[in-house]
Amino acid sequence: MRRSSDDRWFRIGTGVFPALVLAIAAGIAYELTTDSMLSIRKFGLSFWTGKTWDPVSGVFGGYPFIWGTLYSSILALILSTPIALGIAIFISELSPRMLRTPLTYLTELLAAIPSIVYGLWGIFVLTPLIRKLEVLTPDWLKKVPLFSGPPVGVGMGTAAVILSIMVVPFTSSVAREILKNVPVAQREAAYALGATRWEAIKVAIGYGKTGMIGAIMLGLGRALGETMAVTMVIGNAPIVSLSLFKPQYTMAAVIANEFTEAADELYLHALIEIGLLLFIITIVVNVLSRLLIWTATRRFARVIVMPAAVEEPEEAVA
Amino acid sequence: MRKLVFAAILLAFVACKPSETTTGTTETSSTAATATAAPVRLQGAGSTFDTPLFSKVFDAYQKQGGAEVNYQSIGSGGGVQQLIKGVVDFGASDFPLNDEQTKAAEAAGGPVVHVPITMGAVSIGYNLPVDGLKLDGPALADIYLGKITKWNDRKIAALNPGVKLPDTAVAVVHRAEGSGTTFIFTSYLAAISPEWKSKVGAAGSVQWPVGIGAKGSEGVSGQVLNTPGGIGYFEMAYANQNHIKSALLKNADGQFVAPSVQGAADAGAGAAANMPADLKAVFVNAAGPTSYPIAGFSWIIVFQHQKDATKGQAIVNMLKYVVHDGQQFAQALDYAPLPKPVQDLDDKAIASITVGGQP
Repeated sequence: MRRSSDDRWFRIGTGVFPALVLAIAAGIAYELTTDSMLSIRKFGLSFWTGKTWDPVSGVFGGYPFIWGTLYSSILALILSTPIALGIAIFISELSPRMLRTPLTYLTELLAAIPSIVYGLWGIFVLTPLIRKLEVLTPDWLKKVPLFSGPPVGVGMGTAAVILSIMVVPFTSSVAREILKNVPVAQREAAYALGATRWEAIKVAIGYGKTGMIGAIMLGLGRALGETMAVTMVIGNAPIVSLSLFKPQYTMAAVIANEFTEAADELYLHALIEIGLLLFIITIVVNVLSRLLIWTATRRFARVIVMPAAVEEPEEAVA
Repeated sequence: MRKLVFAAILLAFVACKPSETTTGTTETSSTAATATAAPVRLQGAGSTFDTPLFSKVFDAYQKQGGAEVNYQSIGSGGGVQQLIKGVVDFGASDFPLNDEQTKAAEAAGGPVVHVPITMGAVSIGYNLPVDGLKLDGPALADIYLGKITKWNDRKIAALNPGVKLPDTAVAVVHRAEGSGTTFIFTSYLAAISPEWKSKVGAAGSVQWPVGIGAKGSEGVSGQVLNTPGGIGYFEMAYANQNHIKSALLKNADGQFVAPSVQGAADAGAGAAANMPADLKAVFVNAAGPTSYPIAGFSWIIVFQHQKDATKGQAIVNMLKYVVHDGQQFAQALDYAPLPKPVQDLDDKAIASITVGGQP
């Protein structure tokens, strides 16, 4: 009797905490919505597509920031995914046992560096480097939209490089876990069929494919919300462009930069609405990545069946 | 995990803020009852531009027996908002309240008083192997409108006869966030160039036609220093500290002047002559042969009718100190001390503050 009632209280007591998390998330969503009401009423859905951000005449559109956030994050993923997966594969499959712990530790250390430090490194080391690259770019190449723009050093490309470095530890540590969880039987079966080491690893990656995509999406979630390092090197200009050399802007950066001096109500509400959009986009990305990881882990729990064919593992980057 | 930490921080932040102010006020009221001379505590927030001066002035003020002033450097816009919301006792801003803010303030606590407390000049820094570059308002506006893209443009060359200008691209740098410096700078461009006025306008943050945004004056000056062909605007102190070349600007009298404390003071003195009654003067492109054209006031903004008698008196005393004795610290920190006519106008403004219905 007593024991069961103890358990009940224990359940209720601990249940408060997850409920608190939900309440906080709901509270944030509520606050963001009510505090951006002016802007939501005035611009409606056109806020998602509006390209003008003009505080003087009170016209606000979030499209350049949404574009900048998504474009920089996707570029960062394109740069970081091969590196992160390479690290994960090396550590879990190929590295000598002795190196395994220090390597894991070092990659995870990258996640511990404060983003402002990345930003400073970006300003003092990466920006001059990129500027040199921009100056060296021949004129015919500058006609390609990807490389147009003035040689100022700061811009989309610089931001993407910094972001990719910051994303690597997140993607690689999850990918490593996934590889670790691939049942030994999988690899043994591959070897038994006469597979080389590379082919056996391919089997393992193919087995954990959904989990890998989840790992990449987790990195995407990280890249979307990054603020400080990006704002220090992206150039902070609301431009929609494919160019790696042109300054652009992200949602998190515009909030961080303009919030303190947003003097009138509509301006403030527009900034908060940007926050709301960022909240929505990050939640969608996070939910998607959780779902993928969840389906992946569920597959591990089932009886192991060799996948029918070894698929190419990295097609799902974007 | 990260989301949780973030939420916790957010929660802690939300939880702390009101409690901080409540302890602040309870302390004040309890101490006010026991001692009349000292320790009243004043809360202020606003302009980052004023912060170095305020740190010095408020520290000196407390040492000589004045109230303890706690100043948060959160930006001009934020300072005004906090004043309207009643979180702070005074706001400090590099731009006067606009109509909308004035209405909001009146609804919250009645009319406000603008007290000019210091002046600053905005330097136009550039990164070129040329000393003493000369610019005028129209050329500067064209640069920031994106119409001049090379340093050897005819308009710039005409202002600098005999100077060999390089074929470098102009890399325009501006503030990424809203700022008082931007307000002064864009006010100047709007005063000079009708095109700027109609296309962009004057405000703390605007829609920039070209250029890259950098955070803070240190960000802009750093970017200019790092980028060959760069041009940017920032408070004069940053140009001096970082040894950035500053352009000579053509003033309203046709003279080319370098940014200086004296140049700002001269511009301000000229402005005092035809100061509006509310002291909300924007004196860019001021007349006078030695006036530097991009300069402006910074204001302390308080409610005219103070409800708490002790606190109201403390605010009045503090303002008097800042306007008079506090000015001695200005020059060393690259601020222009207030000229005498402005101080006189300030005294009148301070005298108009009423405490509990009494002056």
